[in-house]
Amino acid sequence: MQATDTTVDPSEIAKFEAMASEWWDPNGKFKPLHMLNPCRLDYITSQIAAEFGRDLAAPEPFKGLRLLDIGCGGGLLSEPMARLGATVVGADAAAGNLPVARIHAEKSGLEIDYRHTAAEDLAAAGEQFDVVLNMEVIEHVADPQGFMNACQQLLKPGGLLLCSTINRNPKSFMMAIVGAEMIMRWLPRGTHEWNKFITPDELYTLIETAGLTPVDRKGFVFNPIAWSWSISARDLNVNYVTASIKAD
Amino acid sequence: MAYDSEILIVGGGLNGPALALALADAGLSVTVIDRLDTATLIERDFDGRGYALALSSMRLLSAIGVWTAVAQKAEPILEVKVTDGRVGEAPSPFMLEFDHSEIEEGPMGYMLEDRHLRRAFLAAMDAHANITQINDTVVDQEIDEFGARVILASGKVLSARVLTGCDGRSSGTAERAGIKRTGWGYEQTALVCAIAHEKPHHGVAHQYFMPSGPLAILPLPGNRASIVWTESAANAARIQALADEDYLAVLRPRFGTFLGDISLAGQRFTYPLALTLAYAFVAPRLALVGDAAHGMHPIAGQGLNAGLKDVAALAQVLVDAMRRGEDFGRIDVLERYQSWRRFDTASLALATDAFNRLFSNDNPILRLGRDLGMGLVNAVPGLRRGAIREAAGLSGELPRLLTGRPV
Repeated sequence: MQATDTTVDPSEIAKFEAMASEWWDPNGKFKPLHMLNPCRLDYITSQIAAEFGRDLAAPEPFKGLRLLDIGCGGGLLSEPMARLGATVVGADAAAGNLPVARIHAEKSGLEIDYRHTAAEDLAAAGEQFDVVLNMEVIEHVADPQGFMNACQQLLKPGGLLLCSTINRNPKSFMMAIVGAEMIMRWLPRGTHEWNKFITPDELYTLIETAGLTPVDRKGFVFNPIAWSWSISARDLNVNYVTASIKAD
Repeated sequence: MAYDSEILIVGGGLNGPALALALADAGLSVTVIDRLDTATLIERDFDGRGYALALSSMRLLSAIGVWTAVAQKAEPILEVKVTDGRVGEAPSPFMLEFDHSEIEEGPMGYMLEDRHLRRAFLAAMDAHANITQINDTVVDQEIDEFGARVILASGKVLSARVLTGCDGRSSGTAERAGIKRTGWGYEQTALVCAIAHEKPHHGVAHQYFMPSGPLAILPLPGNRASIVWTESAANAARIQALADEDYLAVLRPRFGTFLGDISLAGQRFTYPLALTLAYAFVAPRLALVGDAAHGMHPIAGQGLNAGLKDVAALAQVLVDAMRRGEDFGRIDVLERYQSWRRFDTASLALATDAFNRLFSNDNPILRLGRDLGMGLVNAVPGLRRGAIREAAGLSGELPRLLTGRPV
């Protein structure tokens, strides 16, 4: 299936195809995502558990939930969600990511439906999900509002959208571009374009315009002394995440 | 990929069963492999060995459901007296006294005999549906990106997401993984035995720092105590070769008369003292626990306590990762355990080492210095409370199990 949408930026896709094989190396090009992953997963799992009344200490707590991971990449979030029992569709507009994700899931003993498609195509096909993950994606799309509208259509009534991105201010420029790309070389130069970053207020506007209700927002904060990420209720200056629900 | 069990534990001593129970309680399937069969492990009669369990270790045992089986057999340590001494001399005037009433948590720890703890562990593992025990020897292991396999002497092959080495200071699991170790011997040997004494000990543990090495007198139930007595390797060999009555004749002047006459109440053991530290505590799909990662000088009785801290930290790292859906055998997950425990254990190993070098010495200046040092620690309540909390295992960022909560 070919991506026929309008919001995918072709130059962005080529960048990620080049990196696809590196997805699962904890010390490779995606090291920052691997480092951020426990923190993202803590937020995602606690929000899903709260919204759908699930006990994370129980086996396969997300059994029965249909979940879409948009911009799934190598499957860094799709695999944990499948392991927790969710029925997962991983969608990526970069075709090169999908073989990597499929092979890795198979070797990990996980069944995940990886598709080369875009949010808009899935929405047009009438697919619906209990949970839509839209993590570190919206800053890479050409039409954020069109993309958010598609996410809204993809949710079942009562469904949950989790969306994370990077704030736009001098601190985020220093951290994400000067720090992560130029100094630490954590990310290849040009991974991010600062003018595509979105402030929390702008994101709330996108979410509300799409017809969803924002219910929570938190920051992901990197502590250079502990060399790890944590969730902050106040500091949304760089990386942050939001939870929104679609009315029943 | 299907695994025979999610966790493989090599070594069914004390840390292995503790880890197995903690993980099995959280819903993971665990296989424990030990060379000795359970009958051999529990057949042992009282052999005089005991453990000074820190309060945090007792809480871990409670959390994994083992404490109730041994609580009646454990002797609370209500006070610890540390003294600089010389054979046949009165104790030096500066004495460290740690009293449990200075911390709010109750007794400072418990003395528990090896036989009771082992039996309780084995019974708890037998009763646990998620634990399989195998009596066999590991002859080889293989690790790839997605799992670990061990090959047993019987020819059987077992696979798991994570392989944990709880197999002691000469860990085969570490060696097969190519993890090197560093360490050194001390030319010292610990003589270990249980004694019966005339007068009650009132729950007081004593540690005498003698020129040849420390002597610990640790209260057991009744009028009995566990003795850990360190001598130079040559002296220890001579003392161990003596007949029981002559052995006691050497011990008496070191021991003093405060508990009345003493007699042997079990077998006599010797343990050569050596420090060993693995260069890494983890590798992909592999984690080392307890002495397999770090064996230290046992003067502070911290060996088992440090091992149980490893158990609590590793169990929490694995279970937290499982609950967020991570593949918990990946190196980036296991490194969280390593960074949590490595600094702590390395600094404890080196501190106990420095402590031993300072105290196993007859240099008058060092003696004066440490006497003054002890007086100072004693005179400043904050310092003393800090030392008590450290010895009781209550300082640092504690894993949930060490506070008595489930993992």
